[in-house]
Amino acid sequence: MNKTVNQKAWFLVLPVFLLVAFSAVIPLMTVINYSVQDTFGNNVFSWVGLDWFDEIIHSQRMHESLARQSLLTTIILLIEVPLGIFIALNMPKKGFWASFNLVVISLPLLIPWNVVGTIWQIFGRKDIGLLGHTLSILGIDYNYAQDVLSAWITIVIMDVWHWTSLIVLLCYAGLQSIPDAYYQAAKIDQASRWSVFRYIELPKMSGVLMIAILLRFMDSFMIYSEPFVLTGGGPGNSTTFLSIDLVNMALGQFDLGPASAYSLMYFLVVLLVSWVFFTVMTNLDKKGAA
Amino acid sequence: MAQIKLENLAHSYISKPTSKSDYALQKMNLTFEDGAAYALLGPSGCGKTTLLNIISGILIPSEGKIYFGDKDVTSLDALGRNIAQVFQFPVVYDTMSVRKNLAFPLQNRGADPQYIKKRVEIIAKSIGMEDMLDTKASGLSADAKQKISLGRGMVREDVNAILLDEPLTVIDPHVKWQLRTQLKALHEEFSHTMIFVTHDQTEALTFADKVVVMDDGIVVQVGSPQELFERPTHTFVGYFIGSPGMNFFDVDIIEDIISMGDVKLKLHSIFPDLKGRVELGIRPEFITLSKDSGDIKIEIIRIEDIGYHKIVRAIHDNIKINIVVPEDVKIDNNMKFASFDRDHIFIYQDGWLVEPKEAKR
Repeated sequence: MNKTVNQKAWFLVLPVFLLVAFSAVIPLMTVINYSVQDTFGNNVFSWVGLDWFDEIIHSQRMHESLARQSLLTTIILLIEVPLGIFIALNMPKKGFWASFNLVVISLPLLIPWNVVGTIWQIFGRKDIGLLGHTLSILGIDYNYAQDVLSAWITIVIMDVWHWTSLIVLLCYAGLQSIPDAYYQAAKIDQASRWSVFRYIELPKMSGVLMIAILLRFMDSFMIYSEPFVLTGGGPGNSTTFLSIDLVNMALGQFDLGPASAYSLMYFLVVLLVSWVFFTVMTNLDKKGAA
Repeated sequence: MAQIKLENLAHSYISKPTSKSDYALQKMNLTFEDGAAYALLGPSGCGKTTLLNIISGILIPSEGKIYFGDKDVTSLDALGRNIAQVFQFPVVYDTMSVRKNLAFPLQNRGADPQYIKKRVEIIAKSIGMEDMLDTKASGLSADAKQKISLGRGMVREDVNAILLDEPLTVIDPHVKWQLRTQLKALHEEFSHTMIFVTHDQTEALTFADKVVVMDDGIVVQVGSPQELFERPTHTFVGYFIGSPGMNFFDVDIIEDIISMGDVKLKLHSIFPDLKGRVELGIRPEFITLSKDSGDIKIEIIRIEDIGYHKIVRAIHDNIKINIVVPEDVKIDNNMKFASFDRDHIFIYQDGWLVEPKEAKR
């Protein structure tokens, strides 16, 4: 087929281009601008090249935050993905209880991050929180403000509580799209429950599951409000994840240059991991199809 | 393998059916002989899939019993009845190879690996996929996938029946023909009882030894393709089977004289007094055209030449008539009369065939 060449068509792209420029490119340029300059105030800037990047790459502080962040994201994914699939598999497929469960399951997703942090902050307190108080009555030493392990467990449970629903909803949608004939055929073939999951349900929901994992990876890697409200990054630096660390640097210490370099690298890491993840998953899919 | 018997079977999707129209399947008694190929034929919504699902155990009938041989299987599920089913849309395990797909039902039953290997190869050959055994199922075309589904249905030797629910719907027309032939060959090769649901009469008539024709939840006739054609016991069978279907005329009948408007016809046999709606049925193949005399006057509207014969569309007294004329017979528009072959006239009362009191001849 012959394509018509019409350069005027570029004008049709212009509105989108402007929109993206103002929403993404220009703010990003500011950050890039800061990341290669130094200032002592009064709007006087001096060029420092890649010095800030060099500093951040070799800073132990970033390494530690990155390690904490990676650990948290790994734990969260390892819990939320299987749990989400498990819940989705066991939800009723139709009728009143299906709708009821969907509403209940979606509720945590509607709560703003700050509020989730606050809820768990109060819930876990020894003096007035139901969880904290109950645990202390039972004689369990639980104090998220002073004990590293308690803080981590609380953050993980909080995130699982807040976000497993997302995976449940996506997997549930994937499961709903499987025609009944598949289950009937599997029954006739005398397939075990595990086989039904392995050969019918999992392949059919792999597409949505991939999106779910990707979303959960990105979101958890950028987690900020919830742990900030709950622990403020403590005790010590034990729950200072990348975002918290970055905000401390940019707004707490007002080190705009290093913070800009930090955020650019942070952005690239998220982008890179997402890209690798996406490519690997789609290639696996294609290989499966070939 | 066993004979399948339906005893006083009826089904309603409503929990407390009150009137006849609440039933998706009206009360029926039906026997499927062991090893024969059956087709359940009828228009969409006539209850044929409901009946199939009842036989396979996906649905439990609201009334009546099902026997496989002497065993009452009414409350058993598909697994307990040991049947195989092929669905309207291909059901394959996408992540498995063709070989694993075919082996799956045997593997799950813990069959001997040597036997599985042999059996899979036999089946793959029958469905024409022996050189694709190690390809993954997910990338295959719809008809290849449906062949796998057929193969999976066929792989177990001990099944009581293989049920096919419009399995050729998604298949391209030219492959359809090929698959149908294959299916027929598979039936002859393995002689499983097969029940094939379809709304396509060609499919039913070419595949089955016996056709079960259904309409509106009622089994209207069970018979060989030839019986359905030559002696339809219900007007529905008359116009559903054959292309074009049977011609019907509202008539009155006294003994052996039929009155059809102003026209009177004398039959070979004497009929009892009939009440209700009385119809005369005759297949288009048994009407002949002529120029100057005949049973009824007609006017030819259109002639369709479809190669091996011609279909003449005509009217008599505002009633449409279809006439099939052999290829070698010349037709001209002066042909104003049509005659009915007396041996192929059937009389129906409220839809059902009426037997004559006595043949006189």
